[in-house]
Amino acid sequence: MLRLLSFALFIATWWIASLVIGDAKLPAPPAVLAVLIAEARSGALFVNLGATLARVALAFTLAMAIGSAIGYLMGRVSLANRLGDPWLILLLNLPALVVIVMAYIWAGLTEVAAIAAIAINKLPTAVVTLREGARALDPALDEMATAFALPRGRAFRHVILPQLAPYIAAAARSGLSLVWKIVLVAEYLGRPNGVGFEIGVAFQLFDIPLLLAYSLSFAGVVLVIETLMVQPFETRLTRWRLRAA
Amino acid sequence: MQLEVKITGKSFASVAGKRHDVLDNVTFTLNAGEVGVLFGPSGCGKSTLLKILAGLDGNYQGHVTRSPGMRLGMVFQEPRLLPWRTVEENVRLAAPDVDDGTLAALFEVLELSAHRNHFPGELSLGLARRVALARAFAIEPDFLILDEPLTSLDNALAGRLRDQVATLVASRKMMTLLVTHDLDDAVRLGDRLFFLSPRPARILHVETIAKPRATRSEPEIDELKRQLSQLDLANM
Repeated sequence: MLRLLSFALFIATWWIASLVIGDAKLPAPPAVLAVLIAEARSGALFVNLGATLARVALAFTLAMAIGSAIGYLMGRVSLANRLGDPWLILLLNLPALVVIVMAYIWAGLTEVAAIAAIAINKLPTAVVTLREGARALDPALDEMATAFALPRGRAFRHVILPQLAPYIAAAARSGLSLVWKIVLVAEYLGRPNGVGFEIGVAFQLFDIPLLLAYSLSFAGVVLVIETLMVQPFETRLTRWRLRAA
Repeated sequence: MQLEVKITGKSFASVAGKRHDVLDNVTFTLNAGEVGVLFGPSGCGKSTLLKILAGLDGNYQGHVTRSPGMRLGMVFQEPRLLPWRTVEENVRLAAPDVDDGTLAALFEVLELSAHRNHFPGELSLGLARRVALARAFAIEPDFLILDEPLTSLDNALAGRLRDQVATLVASRKMMTLLVTHDLDDAVRLGDRLFFLSPRPARILHVETIAKPRATRSEPEIDELKRQLSQLDLANM
């Protein structure tokens, strides 16, 4: 209910602002809605949203998998940490734009280059978060697992992974928001479809209703994924905590 | 099954780089069916000794000979349960081969039957200790280590838990090593009592109680306690 109210407030503010600023710079909600419906009818909206989502899914999965593995290793093995740390700091502070441009120069304007560039941008934050998680692992529980001779696989699944779960959730949450932002830049610079590409077109044509239609539908998709996937996943992970209270 | 312990020294370096000797000379053997009690002041290195015996710490001088394939059950000072698994899952995780009947009987003895599906965070310390005991017994160990399983419980509860431990220890022919600083627990549960010195720990005195645990009468226990408390440990 409160969410609906806040949404209504957003529309009202937008509408009033468009009246003050003028239609040329900020079109009113109905004009944007009309463009949105036209794009949806032609199918272009879904093709572009689909392309963007597919890139997000691939790059996110790739970065989470590799980043978590590297982060866990760096948290557990001090040699890996000392070797990896300079690289990590370099990657963390490398601007997204540099990575994307370099990827397109080296690998061409290809899908592989785009996804790799997005993944590389997200990778270091996953590494840092998971490294903290691996450092915070409880040695007392490790000893318990060793004393009871738990096989490695079982120990990892039942002792280690639940301790890392909040860190994985945090990395996923912050990583997803980072990927949402970077994917559009990568598309804008070198892909022939996707929300980022459409926004680029709208920018060049100064087509503000089109620009807003794509931005808002993209924001809508992000919101839906957050509420339907990320939040339930987090709740499930901390189930035992809620019951313990 | 036999455990042969011949430790000649154990030290570690503190954060400041200073060397601390924790263990001096600790030599004893333990046979199947026997309950050894390590009795000594707080901080004398008992927990360090247990870690070595459990194979968790290999950095010491001397050697510990354990029979190959020996199954170890351990009850740590803190229960060390997995907070994200239920009581039953915690036990089954350590003992995947335990059959339902054995587990039910074990939970019955330890009065845990009603708590099978609770998470450790929902349990009191006394209950969590019992889950840790259930876990250690469920794997049907050849060597059982109990690190102060009865401390910080009130007297009535500690007494009941001690009886439960006695029942379980008697139910299986295994080597048991109990750490305590309560003479009453030591005399009631132990067959051989090892009195340890303050840090660095060495064995000051070994007291063997010939009479089987179950047949000791209250006056006999009191007499043993009286004799042992008169030991002049400081000058040994």
